[in-house]
Amino acid sequence: MAITIIQPKKTFSLNDIKELWRYRELIYFFSWKDIKIRYKQTLIGGFWAIFQPFITMVVFTIFFGKLAGIPSDNVPYPIFVYIGLLFWQFFSSALSDTSNTLVSNQSIITKVYFPRLILPISAVITKFLDFSVAALILVGMMFYYQYTPSLIGILLIPILLLITFFASTGLGLFLAAVNVKYRDVRYALPFFIQILLFVTPVIYPASIAGKYSWVLALNPMTGVIQVARAGLLHTAPINWLLLGLSFVACVVLMIGGVAYFKIIERYFADIV
Amino acid sequence: MEPIIEVIGLGKRYDIQHRRGEYISLRDVIANIFKHPFNFAKTKAKNVAGFSKKSDFWAIKNINFTVERGEVIGIIGANGAGKSTLLKILTGITPPTEGKAILRGHVSSLLEVGTGFHPELTGRENIFLNGAILGMKHSEMQKKFDSIVEFAGIGKFLDTPVKRYSSGMYVRLAFSVAAHIEPDILLVDEVLAVGDAEFQKKCLGKMDDVTKNHGRTILFVSHNIAAVQSLCARTILIEKGQVAMVGETRDVIERYLSNNLVRSGVVEYPQNLESDAVIRRVCILNKDGEQRSELSVAEPFKIAVDFDCNQKIADVAVSLLIYSRDQDLLLYSSDSDSTEKFSEYSPGSYHALITLPEFLLNVGKYSFEILLHTPNIHLYANVKNFGFEIKNTDNPRSIVFQGNHPGRLSSILSYKIETNKK
Repeated sequence: MAITIIQPKKTFSLNDIKELWRYRELIYFFSWKDIKIRYKQTLIGGFWAIFQPFITMVVFTIFFGKLAGIPSDNVPYPIFVYIGLLFWQFFSSALSDTSNTLVSNQSIITKVYFPRLILPISAVITKFLDFSVAALILVGMMFYYQYTPSLIGILLIPILLLITFFASTGLGLFLAAVNVKYRDVRYALPFFIQILLFVTPVIYPASIAGKYSWVLALNPMTGVIQVARAGLLHTAPINWLLLGLSFVACVVLMIGGVAYFKIIERYFADIV
Repeated sequence: MEPIIEVIGLGKRYDIQHRRGEYISLRDVIANIFKHPFNFAKTKAKNVAGFSKKSDFWAIKNINFTVERGEVIGIIGANGAGKSTLLKILTGITPPTEGKAILRGHVSSLLEVGTGFHPELTGRENIFLNGAILGMKHSEMQKKFDSIVEFAGIGKFLDTPVKRYSSGMYVRLAFSVAAHIEPDILLVDEVLAVGDAEFQKKCLGKMDDVTKNHGRTILFVSHNIAAVQSLCARTILIEKGQVAMVGETRDVIERYLSNNLVRSGVVEYPQNLESDAVIRRVCILNKDGEQRSELSVAEPFKIAVDFDCNQKIADVAVSLLIYSRDQDLLLYSSDSDSTEKFSEYSPGSYHALITLPEFLLNVGKYSFEILLHTPNIHLYANVKNFGFEIKNTDNPRSIVFQGNHPGRLSSILSYKIETNKK
């Protein structure tokens, strides 16, 4: 028989993970709801998931590739920037969604109990689906430009996704918890994400930074995008050190994010 | 057998800072640090050391009770007594500060009908989503789906987005999902306050059925005294965050009503500059202008309300609600009834005088509530549980009817009786 004991809450316990597993159906339902409602009352529906990165790619190619003449490691600029955009949009949209998820679901949080981690997790899952749809364009472009990814490049993709997932969720959980108390996050974040785009080698290659490229390496997304290009387009040999750095950085972000989230979690319903 | 719910010394403290509704911006915090760096350091240090004398607020403290399996137990108490806080702790939404509660069995809570309903989703989709949020397994839901739809009576609108539902349909669907969760312990808050009377009855019936035939335990928090009376055998009265009484529902309700009724004929309330409007003073005046809480059935009387507006408020009605002893609403009257429009009040003090004619209410005890509101939209201020008694003095009926004359109203109607000439 299930026995629930309610008492002043400890921050961490093994039960949290078990609980998360028990509520796994809810993760599914929250993601399902997000997907269902996103494109309701739109004309082209799910095509938006393709449309947005595609048009961004076209615009960037015209302005940065052609007019500004930004170098692209000797591969065609469209496919160069698209790989960057793909991971970047996954990261940035997951980050902004996870940070808002507690506030935008406050009516549920104050009325029903479930492990709060479910909300940010399902937000990321939704974004991952967007990523998968948009990745179809990349596959098309690889055929068009006749690039064959190396085997190691394909095998690395899940790891790159994991890093992106950890980085966006870790940071997102931290910001979500802060957002419950300080709504400043809502205004600061879009701005912050915009700035972040420029310190991530999305529209330019990391080599452009010269001797300062170690600064870029602190950003886990640098490693992800660099390695993705290396693996899929053979722009350079895969930089294992960079990948390792990104991995460590994202794990630190994730642990820090979850820890902070769990500490603040107990007050969510009181202060949201 | 062990009790299914055991609550031992439960307490919840809020830092006034942490109270809902007032959220702080980082800028204010930082500005504060720079303005009073010494104070800030001192309070921080005190906080850390645990010596802080911050204005704490115990929403509930030292709550103890047990509930047996299959029992339907009511929880009543005035607004702000801590009922909802207690329920939120038992559901796990917010943790207690001290004490502990043991719930033996699957727990489900119903603090609101339609939690997580999304207007864009269809009825069918919302059933599944809402069910999942309330903790139902997907397989279980599929089994109960038909029964849920039937109970809600939404049949052909199943695939219409709920934003196009009438509010009645919406509530019916939401409640129907809730009524089909089958936990061992169900915690219910004011959910029956919505929906039409007939549907409320159906829901009460369903809840009754669930406990009697399936041995489920229900903790029922409500303002609806009549519903508590009909559903619960035992009731807990909460006053100022403490259990004031546990016992037979009838006794507890009696105590609640007698404790919470103001019977002095005049009450003054403190100023509150933070709200837009505040009621400062309410009194009942008999026909000679004296403050009384006992009035003659044969005399008109007045209710005087003084209120202050701190902000300009528009579209406002002043309403008087009269309740019988068992909390039935007898009269809902507003100043807009005769003016046919709402009023606008600029900052200042106002005095409202409501006149009630003689022979309106029958002999007995009543209470009233005063609202300052934009009906159904915004409540600026209200005071309630203001008791008064209509006395059987100078009552022409007493001459022919001895003792108690039945009925709630006592209007004297015109009777024209003639013989039919043949």
